[in-house]
Amino acid sequence: MKTTLLVVVGVCGLGLQGFVQNGFAAARSQPVKIGAIFSVTGPASFLGAPEAKTAKMFIDKINAGGGIRGYKLELVLKDSAGSPEKAVSFAKQLIEEEKVLAIIGPSTSGETMQIKALCEENKMILVSCAAAEVIVNPVARYVFKTPQKDSQAVTWIFRTMKEKRISRIAVVTSNDGFGVAGKKQLEDLAKTEGIEILANEVYDKQATDLTDILTKIKGTPGVQAVVNWSIVPAQSIVAKNLKQLGMDVPLFQSHGFGNRKYVEQAGVAAEGTLFPAGRLLVVDELPNRHPQKKVLASYRKDYEEMFKEDVSTFGGHAYDAFLIVTEALKKAGTPDRDKVRDAIEQLQGLVGTAGVFNFSATDHTGLDLSAFEMLTVKNGRFTIYKK
Amino acid sequence: MDSGNLVLQYFLSGITKGSIYAVVAIGFNLIYSATGVLNFAQGEFVMLGGMLAVTLAHFTPLPVAVTGAVAAVAVIGCLLEILFFRKLRHHSVLHLIIITIGLSIVIQEAALHLWDEKVRSLPYFTGNEVSSIPFFGATIPPQVLWVLGTVAVTVILLHVFLKYTLQGRAMRACSSNPEAAMLAGINIPNMRTLSFGLSAALGALAGCVISPMTMTQYDMGAPLAIKGFAAAIFGGLGNPMASVVGGLLVGVLEAFSVKWLPAAYSDVAAFAIMLLVLFVRPHGLLGRPEGASVRDH
Repeated sequence: MKTTLLVVVGVCGLGLQGFVQNGFAAARSQPVKIGAIFSVTGPASFLGAPEAKTAKMFIDKINAGGGIRGYKLELVLKDSAGSPEKAVSFAKQLIEEEKVLAIIGPSTSGETMQIKALCEENKMILVSCAAAEVIVNPVARYVFKTPQKDSQAVTWIFRTMKEKRISRIAVVTSNDGFGVAGKKQLEDLAKTEGIEILANEVYDKQATDLTDILTKIKGTPGVQAVVNWSIVPAQSIVAKNLKQLGMDVPLFQSHGFGNRKYVEQAGVAAEGTLFPAGRLLVVDELPNRHPQKKVLASYRKDYEEMFKEDVSTFGGHAYDAFLIVTEALKKAGTPDRDKVRDAIEQLQGLVGTAGVFNFSATDHTGLDLSAFEMLTVKNGRFTIYKK
Repeated sequence: MDSGNLVLQYFLSGITKGSIYAVVAIGFNLIYSATGVLNFAQGEFVMLGGMLAVTLAHFTPLPVAVTGAVAAVAVIGCLLEILFFRKLRHHSVLHLIIITIGLSIVIQEAALHLWDEKVRSLPYFTGNEVSSIPFFGATIPPQVLWVLGTVAVTVILLHVFLKYTLQGRAMRACSSNPEAAMLAGINIPNMRTLSFGLSAALGALAGCVISPMTMTQYDMGAPLAIKGFAAAIFGGLGNPMASVVGGLLVGVLEAFSVKWLPAAYSDVAAFAIMLLVLFVRPHGLLGRPEGASVRDH
């Protein structure tokens, strides 16, 4: 009896819901929801916080300009605190309850890999702001990413090493998704590029002192350079501990070093650190005719004026992700998820902060090696590395 | 660098980590001695100390900022005791321990909203990020000496306080036999408040001296509390001196395990050895059964 009643109520409810939804869909005033999962807090907050700020800024700007083809956008922002479990439950919520057009993020590779299959199954567009190559290789139909690939970063590092006649190195990586993926790329590409890895150590992503690992490297004869691959504050600690141990080898970091806060935390120890990154950090050094100059300068100006803090490449990755989704929406003309997805694959020559995007059915990153520049730290500022 | 120097370098690295664990462990011990409660919010005192000092350092010279932060956190510690534990003292110790875990989460979230998610740090007290002092072929950053010095001074002061002052003796009496202490006219609730205040001050001081090295962030407290707790157990609960030994040993074990094992296993190695020791000596290296060491301190 009770069950029957429940069923009746349920059916009525469903009917009503369907009616309400249809009623709204008729009007274009219904905003298009875009989901975002960023690790605004937690160990990866260096990534997530600027991403979330950028997201709000981007959406406000679009809406202030009248939206995309008459559609206003609505941001549904979730803070995963860097936890893959939370990312999964937020992704489910965005897919099933919020029914967003696309999910932007998560900030970290580990989280992205946890929800990659989920989004693919539910035909949900995912534009990740994390860098690991495994996100788009193998290609999943609905999964894209905006940062440069880690294999491209490794290639840049190894090429710079060859110019500096460095062939024997030590590698330290963090035990999170980004570190694990980077470690694999470093190991794989070292073989083809003729680089020998003499020491290879993994540290905890919450590590606060790395003297012991670096002592081990100091005791390994023949190490000509150290490569650190992580996104956590340990990037600053590596630089400090290395100098405190009196080790005078060059330190290479990943493109995860692209936030000036890491430099501030490492102080003078960061001087001379080499890392590949997009051009956002060195926009002042770019010639005016550079294709990215306008986009980079305007994003940096908007961000720094609004939030009173230095711009970072990570916020740029979120900017690119929103740019891609909104451009595709403009192209598709309708917030139909499949049409928007197809439109993303057709985007060509789209100038973003990370580089110029050329997507295809087989390339869901859309960036090539030229999206990177080798940067270094000089007097506490990022600058283009010159041999 | 020959192997002898390397061994020394591992040792120094271990001492660096260990001194941080030790100072957290002392805080655990103080509250445990006076109240029987294991305060898992101890790590939050460290975080609060660092955060407050970094904020104050924008306006005042470093020594003033550190003193201010320590005083403020001591007040917070006392308030926590008065607001929560004094009212709930009739509950079991287990309840109180769970409350401390809850408090640690609340403090962490409050810090996140009060400040933000960003990493910050105090400037190095001496030298800068790259300075280090040569030490028989190995090197030691000056900040480590500050941490070790702070630990040494606080341990000595604490020892003198607990053994030779009326207040300190009263505190020990509370832990040894609360009823007898009460009959002797000792105000037990006030003693408990004092122990929270002292422990919070110690934690805050630790938070300040380690801030230049480990950096300060709203969520740094929990991992520190776990390591500090382990160090306290290892050394023997109820004895602040033993915490120093426990903390340094955990740190040195972690550092040396890296010499032979991949660094990812350093926690495993340290905790495995710790467990083995606890199988043989369940009350810790220097502890005595039933926490007798407090009374004899």
